[in-house]
Amino acid sequence: MVSTAWDVAAAVPDPEIPVLDIAEMGILRSVDVDEDGHVVVTITPTYSGCPAMEAIRSAILTDLAGAGFVDAEVKTELSPAWTTDWMTDDARRKLEEHGIAPPARTGSHETARCPQCSSTNTDIISPFGSTACKALMVCSDCGEPFHHFKTF
Amino acid sequence: MRTATQQTLFNYVLRHADDCLILSQRLGDLVSRAPELEEDIALANIALDVLGTGRRLLQYAGEIEGDGRTEDDLAFGRNEREFTNLLLTETPNGDFGQTMARQFLFDAYHDLLWNRLIESTDETIAGIAGKARKESAYHLRHSRLWVLRLGDGTEESHRRMQAGLDAVWRFTGEMFIDDEVDLAAADAGYGVLPSTLRDDWQATTSQAIAEATLEIPDDTSIRTGGRRGEHSEGMGPLLAEMQHMYRSFPGASW
Repeated sequence: MVSTAWDVAAAVPDPEIPVLDIAEMGILRSVDVDEDGHVVVTITPTYSGCPAMEAIRSAILTDLAGAGFVDAEVKTELSPAWTTDWMTDDARRKLEEHGIAPPARTGSHETARCPQCSSTNTDIISPFGSTACKALMVCSDCGEPFHHFKTF
Repeated sequence: MRTATQQTLFNYVLRHADDCLILSQRLGDLVSRAPELEEDIALANIALDVLGTGRRLLQYAGEIEGDGRTEDDLAFGRNEREFTNLLLTETPNGDFGQTMARQFLFDAYHDLLWNRLIESTDETIAGIAGKARKESAYHLRHSRLWVLRLGDGTEESHRRMQAGLDAVWRFTGEMFIDDEVDLAAADAGYGVLPSTLRDDWQATTSQAIAEATLEIPDDTSIRTGGRRGEHSEGMGPLLAEMQHMYRSFPGASW
């Protein structure tokens, strides 16, 4: 029972980056089902200003209800604060395939690798991008601009 | 019935929420008006981060109060005298130099504040600070770069960056005044004394101002009042715009 509710919640895609689900993003913390079938999903917000959190919350409830878990609630837990280090290796690979350079491990000084040509000869265009989680970069070798998931 | 202790915690959380809310409202005004596309996106991102932090603080303030007021009730249902944001956060955007002067001076303060509040004995405050400090550090890097670029740029950009600093400088002293709420909050362990942030703030800001070939304004006057609910002339119009929907159509939702 628990694993099923977990599977349903975990499969909810990130609305801004639909190639990743919220488990891969490190957003989903826990799913508990009590003996009466009441489901408590605990998630952690990524960026304070990320509007995707509202969409994620309602998608979890909708998908759980669709799978028969009608009595569910979503709780938010702030601490410990979310970090891109919680993104799985699988998630990083998918991001890169999707054209978004994955975040570096925090504390490391790796430069972003161009998702088109794999060059690390890259420059930042703007530290803020189209969503709260991304910066805009350009590859100095192939000349393509690309998004970099901010290391956070 | 709230105890005096709960009332102080409410006031403490609310003032930091108001700083975020009012600054984000000012920044939001610049969406589609920034000097270049990347900066438009940057200002909107910063506004969203700060608003996100403000919303969490407002939600928490509502919980502490225990009267059922939501974040929306607190943001849109209070009158001017009930807002306790710092005057700096409500200063007009002015030109881009003034916007960046305000942002840099405030980011430097915010970054120090959150890095201290992660040690708060109040778990929710510490949790909010834990997220906000990563964001404020990012904002500070950005606003500091603009101060350097404009200050150490052309004659015109230097002149306007200096004018921006001069315009908002007198509102910075208020950030470091300890009032009775701060004293009680620090005493209880969940807050920090603003005066203890001053030295580090001065070090950060004066270093950047010097590197940008700018001068620290010699205006030593300090304007206060925000923390007491006494605001500047621009606050009324700001609130009128921010609160208009909620007040004109009570209970509306979409």
